[in-house]
Amino acid sequence: MKDKIINILTEIRPEFDFKENLNFIENGMLDSFDIVLLVSILEETFSIIIDGLDVNPSNFYSINSIIELINKNNKQ
Amino acid sequence: MNLSFNNKKITGILTVVPSNEVLFEDEIDQYNFTETQSLRLKKVMGYNKKRIVKNKTTCSSDLCFFGLDYLLENNYINKNEIDALIFISQTPDYLMPPTSNLIHKHLGLGCDVVCFDINQGCAGFILGLFEAFMLLEQKSIKKVVLFNADVLSSKVSKRDRNSNPLIGDASSITIIEKTQEDSRIDGIIKMDGSGAFSLHIPAGGSRIPITPDTGILEIDSEGNFRSKNDLIMKGDEVYNFVLSKIPSLIEDVLKLSSKNKDDIDYYLFHQPNKFMLDKLSDKMCLNKYKVFSNIVENFGNSSGASIPTTICHNLGNLLKNDSFSVCLSGFGVGLTWGAFVMDLGNLNFCEIINYDE
Repeated sequence: MKDKIINILTEIRPEFDFKENLNFIENGMLDSFDIVLLVSILEETFSIIIDGLDVNPSNFYSINSIIELINKNNKQ
Repeated sequence: MNLSFNNKKITGILTVVPSNEVLFEDEIDQYNFTETQSLRLKKVMGYNKKRIVKNKTTCSSDLCFFGLDYLLENNYINKNEIDALIFISQTPDYLMPPTSNLIHKHLGLGCDVVCFDINQGCAGFILGLFEAFMLLEQKSIKKVVLFNADVLSSKVSKRDRNSNPLIGDASSITIIEKTQEDSRIDGIIKMDGSGAFSLHIPAGGSRIPITPDTGILEIDSEGNFRSKNDLIMKGDEVYNFVLSKIPSLIEDVLKLSSKNKDDIDYYLFHQPNKFMLDKLSDKMCLNKYKVFSNIVENFGNSSGASIPTTICHNLGNLLKNDSFSVCLSGFGVGLTWGAFVMDLGNLNFCEIINYDE
């Protein structure tokens, strides 16, 4: 799952290295439109529906937070 | 605030859109999207085409006059039956006089016909219905004409990817009148001034008058260019506001009207963008075919006129001969959010016409 997410993020913002352990939001690697794109791709890729209130920068700051979000919405 | 009204109904809705159509692709170079991003966002957000006025001097009232003349020519309205006019907009023709007085003049109405302007945005249709229903409680008022009109395209920076691809111009004319039918209307309207600056235009009022300096473009943290004369929409705040407030609003208004989700034939919501509407209907577990989200992609988000546009575009023909149980909801600047549950149908007219400049 981790590699898939990194590939998706790299596709959205190819200029950044998402393998590095950085805060994607604080470092300006993802903005609000990137998050919208990311949500739509994650939903398609993992066949999930991410809860509207979870579309919040605080859930997209690292690979682990994104994995957590996918797992949370996968259970619903 | 909970609201309840009886013996009132909508009898006609007309939407007027500029015939000038701008495609998302026409303006793509103005934004800092990559091509892949643009194409994906187009699908997810509903960016496609929008109707905006061509001439900078075309005003909200011009769209209203055009619609009124159409209604008069086709005998859809009789001006002698009008008792009140309500004009709701964020883009009036002048600071003074009220635009509703200009419409009053255009129609040559008598001095007993009351008219007033209300400054409201995306919840403007709900606020307008509220005002109309209250006016109709008066014995002397039998028919109210509600105008929701905005030419907000002139208040949006062309280099603001948050707002420019979405914003459209339109006016709507809705006739609301007394009826002998046993019609019950339930509603809720809420306000939260602490979110007043989630959507705002800094310059142009008394607080920051327009000067050459207010027109200077500045870049924000996401790479959008806009001046103090332009609309600022804090997308994250607006999104969180909508997703956190509207589901409970709809739940409460359904409870108030003693209906459940399935009793409603159509949920006719304001049209901010496709992504937000899809997330909203997912959150509320609404059937997708009951919630339209196709106005931004066909016309753009026209603020207070977006609900009438949704109705005319999707249900125009059906509503002339049939009636449905609907839930209307608007939400936006203020912050303001509200909803009505009512029957809507058997309308004298329900259509969209094009305004040629």
